[in-house]
Amino acid sequence: MTAPLLEVQDLVVHYPGGGLFRRGAPVCAVNGVSFSVARGETLALVGESGSGKSSLARTILRLQAKQGGTVRFGGTDLFALRGRALRAERRRLQIVFQDPASSLNPRMRIGDAVAEGLAIHALAPRAEWPARVAALLGEVGLDPALAARWPHELSGGQKQRVAIARALAVEPALVVLDEAVSALDVSVQAQVLTLLTTLQQRRGLAYLFIAHDLAVVAQVAHRVAVLYAGRVVEEGPVGSILTAPRHPYTQALLAAVPAPDPSAPPPRLLLQGDPPDPSALPPGCPLWPRCPHPARDAHCQAERPALRPVGPTHAACHHAGPAA
Amino acid sequence: MTALQRTWADRGGRGGLLVLAFLVLLALLGPLALPDPRAQPDLATGTLRPPTAAHLLGTDHLSRDVLSRVVTGARVSLSVAVGAVLLAVTLGAGVGVVAGYAGGWVDAALMRTVDAALAVPRIFLLLLVTATMERIPLGALVLLLGVTGWFGTSRLVRSEVLRLRALDFVRGAEALGAGPGRIVRQHLLPNVLRPLTVATTLAVGDVILLEAGLSFLGLGVQPPMPSWGGMIYEARPYLVDAPWTSLAPGVAIVLAVLAVNLVGEALAADRGGLPA
Amino acid sequence: MTALLEVRDLRIAFPAPGGDRHPVDGVSLTVAPGELLALVGESGSGKTLTGLALLRLVPPPGRIEPGSSIRLDRTDVLALADEPLRQLRGRKAAMVFQDPLASLNPVLTVGEQVSETVRAHFPVTARAARQRAEALLAEVGLPDPARRYAAYPHQLSGGMRQRVMLAIALAAEPALLIADEPTSALDVTVQAQVLALLDRLRAAHGMAVLLITHDLGIVASRADRVAVMQAGRIVETAPTAALFRAPAHPYTQSLLAAIPRLPRAAGGAT
Ligand SMILES: Nc1ncnc2c1ncn2[C@@H]1O[C@H](COP(=O)(O)OP(=O)(O)OP(=O)(O)O)[C@@H](O)[C@H]1O
Ligand SMILES: Nc1ncnc2c1ncn2[C@@H]1O[C@H](COP(=O)(O)OP(=O)(O)OP(=O)(O)O)[C@@H](O)[C@H]1O
Ligand code: SF4
Ligand SMILES: [Mg+2]
Ligand SMILES: [Mg+2]
Repeated sequence: MTAPLLEVQDLVVHYPGGGLFRRGAPVCAVNGVSFSVARGETLALVGESGSGKSSLARTILRLQAKQGGTVRFGGTDLFALRGRALRAERRRLQIVFQDPASSLNPRMRIGDAVAEGLAIHALAPRAEWPARVAALLGEVGLDPALAARWPHELSGGQKQRVAIARALAVEPALVVLDEAVSALDVSVQAQVLTLLTTLQQRRGLAYLFIAHDLAVVAQVAHRVAVLYAGRVVEEGPVGSILTAPRHPYTQALLAAVPAPDPSAPPPRLLLQGDPPDPSALPPGCPLWPRCPHPARDAHCQAERPALRPVGPTHAACHHAGPAA
Repeated sequence: MTALQRTWADRGGRGGLLVLAFLVLLALLGPLALPDPRAQPDLATGTLRPPTAAHLLGTDHLSRDVLSRVVTGARVSLSVAVGAVLLAVTLGAGVGVVAGYAGGWVDAALMRTVDAALAVPRIFLLLLVTATMERIPLGALVLLLGVTGWFGTSRLVRSEVLRLRALDFVRGAEALGAGPGRIVRQHLLPNVLRPLTVATTLAVGDVILLEAGLSFLGLGVQPPMPSWGGMIYEARPYLVDAPWTSLAPGVAIVLAVLAVNLVGEALAADRGGLPA
Repeated sequence: MTALLEVRDLRIAFPAPGGDRHPVDGVSLTVAPGELLALVGESGSGKTLTGLALLRLVPPPGRIEPGSSIRLDRTDVLALADEPLRQLRGRKAAMVFQDPLASLNPVLTVGEQVSETVRAHFPVTARAARQRAEALLAEVGLPDPARRYAAYPHQLSGGMRQRVMLAIALAAEPALLIADEPTSALDVTVQAQVLALLDRLRAAHGMAVLLITHDLGIVASRADRVAVMQAGRIVETAPTAALFRAPAHPYTQSLLAAIPRLPRAAGGAT
């Protein structure tokens, strides 16, 4: 097998606790995450709100500091690059942020925002920008006339698609999509997902696809990593994770998905209570206080389970066995 | 709609704009129609004439036409104020952007300097320098008012830049590979322009007053060049006998400052069509 | 039952070169006390603007055209003067905005923003407001609310910010909650908690909800009725079960056909 396009190893991201959170107790958002994404592959990252997905995403792009671990992109250590070399490498690695509204400059017209990458990297003669912008907007299902508008004149879903077009404009090798289709209605969403898949097939584009909507994940992902309290608790092929999850958290997540059918039984809420405090993580299994697994025991509380192969997936649970 | 149009739509803003336009027009065109402000037509027969048809605002102790001097003084006072503020804002914006964007020790060093400078009252600095100089040329006065006037602006710009830096669109530009120059020009400056415009406008009012104050103390614009503050300075002895000599420049100062502040407030209240 | 909210022929105009555009072009809908009406539809079809119009928050230069009518709890919203309008906002109807980061004040802590809203509507002490704010943050499922009270918006995750928005909207105990994509950044377990909270408030206080969402799973499991919007108009309104069973309008049909589905689980999940 060839080397992966993106390789993340033991990544740690902490936010200083000084000032507002308890001094000296940093917020441990990401605690030793490892995964890789190959060319032409989509890895979905799912997990509880606040589990560290966006922190992970920003750090992979080197938009914020890390406290440990490595990020290798195309074989080079991203954190070792400086100045021009870093900026050039950045073209190949793009991100669509979770909050579309604040990811667009309020003082920059849509057309200029989409063309910005072309300008920075001189990817096309200036005369060609409008046509490129129009084509990109069209591809994400937007009227090219929107190029003349300001961001605040767009709907939430329109802004989200502009952010996608802006990231795709520079023809990256990998795009991190942080909840990038969450503001789209299902038919536009399907159109955008088809676009992403087509680009993947045509250009070998890879995606790190962060999403809460597991049905969408089922549609686009090859593999899935499940994050809980800043750690990967389960990882494996999409089919196995979504149909036969081994980790109790993944199982609870799937059970809570509401079916798009009014006559279906209501989703089951297996998880009660709050996720652990990220500035005081317990020594044992982070799920322990709320774990629905019948075999949960004192061992779980005392010792943190490591990620280990369980059937077709890897799960971090002492009692993970065949699907529950 | 431009910011100008929206200021016009505001009642106070429109009043301010009208008064300012009137003053500027007067300063530009007035001297063409009015007597020479240096002329002393009847120095021999009588000074301190009350307003008449020939001298709409009367004459001063040297028999010069007060209206002509107020109008010429407007040229001096307004250009000193605008020049000084432009200089101050450029310095302030530059320092603020560098401090906010570079962060770290650069930021710390710049901001400690600003803190120190802000701890000394500006008027004290100005008095210190002007008092040690025999005659202060106009250019030096502009320079002085500008160099002592950027501290507050740099703080404002820095805090705006810090706020903007935490937003995803600045990070997004970084992720696209934008260099520091581009981020400052395309993403930071356009977004601090609005608070900067407000601060600038309000600062013009301040500087008009400062210059008037200095000139009133005889430390600013030097006679015989007329400036509003300088005219009041020269008119001091005749305050009771010939009130028009000091009243006219006084009213001009009040009008100009009021107008500038009205415009500034209209700009500050305006959200520029952006969401809150 | 008389309707709590009754919108008739709502039209919103934005000036544009070559004549006004009407992104909302004749919307009529009603919501009864305690009811949850889901507003679904195409991205850009005018859902958010419709929600904003109910509070008269259409951003200028947009305007609500004459001939539109919005009645909320028997008050004519479009005829209100400024002061009664301020009282109506928050208390009669409150909105959860679609863009949490852009709608929260970056220089105030999230707790201050909630307690500020509490104090704007109830005559309570600062301390009582703070306690109420913490309780609200807990109710919307923000973990460790006492500590996160002091966090600034950018220090929270996307889903946490969304819950803060909801807490702010609920702070004045509105009769009608307009929730614009309130759970799009929440994982399904937290989402279920938040929706259960809304159900409780509907049952206990008769709070009505206008839920703008793209998630048809939520619609199917929570909504009493559904209104489907396309290009500024409501093309179909029906009780939830009927709409999913027999969608009448072609757009609704295409929407339902495009729903992504989970693969059948081996162990019966879903
Ligand atoms: N700038 C920051 N300062 C301090 N803490 C932060 C900061 N950004 C995020 N956090 C904290 O880090 C944790 C992880 O946040 P993150 O945004 O990565 O979560 P997430 O998985 O993306 O969640 P969501 O699905 O809700 O978007 C949270 O507890 C959050 O409060
Ligand atoms: N301030 C504005 N100025 C001009 N046009 C606007 C403004 N706000 C929204 N629009 C336009 O009005 C239409 C409806 O916008 P709205 O935000 O209501 O859509 P929406 O149904 O909420 O979509 P989404 O699901 O994508 O959020 C869109 O085409 C949008 O471009
Ligand atoms: S290790 Fe124990 S507590 Fe943790 S998930 Fe497995 S069963 Fe639950
Ligand atoms: Mg996130
Ligand atoms: Mg919307």
